[in-house]
Amino acid sequence: MTNHWIDIKNSDCILIMGSNAAENHPVSFKYVNLAREAGATLLSVDPRFTRTSAKADFYAPLRSGTDIAFLGGMIKHILDEGLFHEEYVAQYTNAPFLVNKDYRFKDGLFSGYDPEKRAYDKSAWAFQMDENGVPKMDRSLKDRNCVFQLLKKHYKRYDTKTVSKITGTPEDKLEECYRLYAATGQPGKAGTIMYAMGWTQHTVGVQNIRTMAIIQLLLGNMGVAGGGVNALRGESNVQGSTDHCLLWHIWPGYLKIPQASKPTLALYNESATPRSSDPLSANWWQNYPKYSVSLLKSFFGEKATPENDFGYSWLPKVDDGKTYSWLDLFDEMYKGNFKGFFAWGQNPACSGANSGKTRNALGKLDWMVNVNLFDNETGSFWHGPGMNPTMIKTEVFMLPACVSVEKEGSITNSGRWMQWRYQGPKPLGNSRGDGDIILELGHKIKEAYADGGVFPTPILNLKWDYATKGAYDPHKVAKEINGYFLKDVEVKGKTYSKGTLVPSFAFLQADGSTSSGNWLYCNSYTEKGNMAARRSDKDAANGIGLYPEFSWCWPVNRRIIYNRASVDLKGNPWDKKDWVIRWTGSGWEGDVPDGGWPPLKSTDGILNPKSKYPFIMRKHGHGQIFGPGRADGPFPEHYEPLESPVEKNYLNDQMLNPVAPVYGTEADAFASCDPRYPYVGTTYRVSEHWQTGLMTRWQPYLLELQPQVFVEMSEELARLKGIQNGERVKVSSARGSLECTAIVTKRFKPFTIAGATVHQVGIPWHYGWRWPQDTVEESANLLTPSTGDPNTRIPETKAFMVNVTKI
Amino acid sequence: MSKSFLIDTTVCTGCRACQVACKQWHNLPAEETKNVGSYQNPQDLSFNTYKLVRMNEEEIDGKLQWLFFPEQCRHCFDAPCEAAADYPAAIFTDSATGAVIYTANTKDLWEPSDVIGSCPYNIPRQGNRGDLAKCDMCLDRVQNGLLPACVKVCPTGALNFGDREDILKIADQRLQAAKKRFPQATMLDPDAVRVIYLVAYDPKLYHDYAVASAGALGMTRQMALRKMVRPIKSLGSRLL
Repeated sequence: MTNHWIDIKNSDCILIMGSNAAENHPVSFKYVNLAREAGATLLSVDPRFTRTSAKADFYAPLRSGTDIAFLGGMIKHILDEGLFHEEYVAQYTNAPFLVNKDYRFKDGLFSGYDPEKRAYDKSAWAFQMDENGVPKMDRSLKDRNCVFQLLKKHYKRYDTKTVSKITGTPEDKLEECYRLYAATGQPGKAGTIMYAMGWTQHTVGVQNIRTMAIIQLLLGNMGVAGGGVNALRGESNVQGSTDHCLLWHIWPGYLKIPQASKPTLALYNESATPRSSDPLSANWWQNYPKYSVSLLKSFFGEKATPENDFGYSWLPKVDDGKTYSWLDLFDEMYKGNFKGFFAWGQNPACSGANSGKTRNALGKLDWMVNVNLFDNETGSFWHGPGMNPTMIKTEVFMLPACVSVEKEGSITNSGRWMQWRYQGPKPLGNSRGDGDIILELGHKIKEAYADGGVFPTPILNLKWDYATKGAYDPHKVAKEINGYFLKDVEVKGKTYSKGTLVPSFAFLQADGSTSSGNWLYCNSYTEKGNMAARRSDKDAANGIGLYPEFSWCWPVNRRIIYNRASVDLKGNPWDKKDWVIRWTGSGWEGDVPDGGWPPLKSTDGILNPKSKYPFIMRKHGHGQIFGPGRADGPFPEHYEPLESPVEKNYLNDQMLNPVAPVYGTEADAFASCDPRYPYVGTTYRVSEHWQTGLMTRWQPYLLELQPQVFVEMSEELARLKGIQNGERVKVSSARGSLECTAIVTKRFKPFTIAGATVHQVGIPWHYGWRWPQDTVEESANLLTPSTGDPNTRIPETKAFMVNVTKI
Repeated sequence: MSKSFLIDTTVCTGCRACQVACKQWHNLPAEETKNVGSYQNPQDLSFNTYKLVRMNEEEIDGKLQWLFFPEQCRHCFDAPCEAAADYPAAIFTDSATGAVIYTANTKDLWEPSDVIGSCPYNIPRQGNRGDLAKCDMCLDRVQNGLLPACVKVCPTGALNFGDREDILKIADQRLQAAKKRFPQATMLDPDAVRVIYLVAYDPKLYHDYAVASAGALGMTRQMALRKMVRPIKSLGSRLL
């Protein structure tokens, strides 16, 4: 979230699309209700009428996988009707930037496409530079090569008639939704988006979010209270685990993973550090080497020296152009290229897309360690449905982990709040906290390499001192993440002594004199104490619910990021009532500002050369309507899912996202426009269960509420198939099938797509064969395909094709 | 001081945290259920289920609505069940809170079916041993200054609990606010019960017993007669 949970209450219009917040983020509705009490409008757009829709002022259906068409239509509406926030767009976004004249979009492809590699050469997606190396701009937005004009041209095709033909949303519903949401383009009004996996889990996942980001920039909704782009995270600490580099493509704090082509630290830092020649651009990432070197110092302590590149060469590098995502790992495992696997706090046999492939992949291992609260479908895969235990060589070890309340530590919620939690009861039996397990594992691996090995240096040099009296100490880890001064360091005339905690990332150094396990978290645990453990209910001066002394928030306790876009050029808030920051004449008050520089203009309207543009994390300081960094194009474009019910993309000549990954084993079958699988399928969660159900299916109270996997379908489809409400039916895809209880409901309606009737069904993915035992309730992921977003490789589990048959 | 609930269905999201919290606090067993083609489960209140969120899909004025109704005992003023039982050791009204409480002595009721039948909201349920059960307002919690378990866990503010005067004030504010969105919004039997529901549409669409069934408040003539001639069983046990 650019904003945070409580801030939802400040919104004037809340769009819930790509998520089902009432069901899956129930507490968020406390703030949704507060906003509505104050007069906000709640919009729900979803293939199915959900518990969220039940509370909304407006509901519109759309076919799964057509969000860009829907939102592209909104961009066109905003531009056609002139509803954008003109000053904001012209001054704070890259709408005025002139794009390279070679940039083209034709037949669904952007310039530079290589069909063999299924990849783009992005060199034409660049900005024109002036003689000083600063992007050329036309703040009047009239130049035919400026981003604003290219945006207009790109979305000209997205008229409501065409959009409706694709999404199945009636045209009048599209218009009403556009009108209601675009009203927040008025200065002082704020619209927010609450989205989740309904947007990310597609072959166009990143571009779904990009489309909304463009809308938010056009309407001036970034940086303001009640605005922002807000991802509702699916687990309490997903934000934290992402920040600390759970994913393969980053290091902690969103630093880049090193590539084989960058063998030295200098080359790595050089390639990762953006350069801007614009004196008004803060270009915050210019500090990159301070963060990367401080991270290496945190990894290797005294062993990391300038002479050995701070241990950079000891770390693994990824091959250039190769991806190592979940889909790739299980593809390699399926092909027999892995020996061992730690399934840690996860249940891939049910959670991974194309779970049948995943389960077979587990059988190709020599060993697997399952670290979890209970045995699950992953640990027990070898005696699951369709498996022959005598044919499986994989040796499975179970390490019982304790639950979150039995250990001390922090979680970081969707709103970027790092919240410290104390230990409740002690762990049961032999179960242990993850920290204890990892710490001991590290010691054992170090022991194993003490007498040599293939490449023992990084393991032996790893700093591994996080125990107190032999037990894992979460405070030591939290302090390490914050970072220390490793020498006496003088900053701006003040000396900070060796061994003390760094006050904030502005103090980190690239010479090895500081450490920080994650620069974004530098300021979270300082000499003033554990900031995340704070629990004050005092609000900030603006009274908008920031509660700056309750827990701690990255970066540097800034509760709403890009908040310098919430004010005009002179530092006066667009919204006088729910203001985030404002210029007092000598400084900012309210939230922690995005840098303390003065406003762009003084009160008499003169440009202040000491100021900086508000989007400080972007190289050129402007919000990116044109986004040249993505794998699949600088503007979002509608492509059909890998499996689609239509034979034609009505917006361009490409069916599938031209750079979406496609996997090639026999387990990766797919069937688009295939009469054997005529219905659109999607997956989702319900309030009563969580993820694969590992923690909820074993709870009798929750099983009482939702005892069985079900498939929801319209009354029309049920009639067509002769299916009765409550009857068990079979749902199948090109990859697998499962038995479900039919819920025949008015909440699903058939879509009219290009004149034809298209049915959609949906299945929750909370179930698995392991429990409950007296019935076979299986995972919906047996149906889902192995493809995903080309930027993130998140799987496309929200739109695929199925059949439903009577048993 | 007398206590009351306000159940504002216009902000209930049907998450059913209340249903689970009720079972957890009262240590009631989970029922073995099947999905019968609806999210609602169990299908009805029972001896082991005091609170149930009823869910109905209704088309109202051409628009689909999914109505949630967290059902529970209304803790009536002049509770008909208490009158029908006429046996304070089994059914009584707690004077401090107004909670209508059933005890294990309900197994000795002369005519439990009369007690069940007297309820205008069809709430009491009989267990295997003959005793009756229903929501007890979490009297043990309330007496110790805590909110009822269902109210405590409600994330949206649909469930509210407090001194009756305060609740009536909130109810009135909520009703006025709700009417802006739902012109038909109304409170259900607010003068007769301590659990006041605020609904957006015709209460019958939520649940057959959302409002008191006609003529059910108060005793039937038959019950009154039986009470006059009833003596022995309950009297006897009462003396013990």
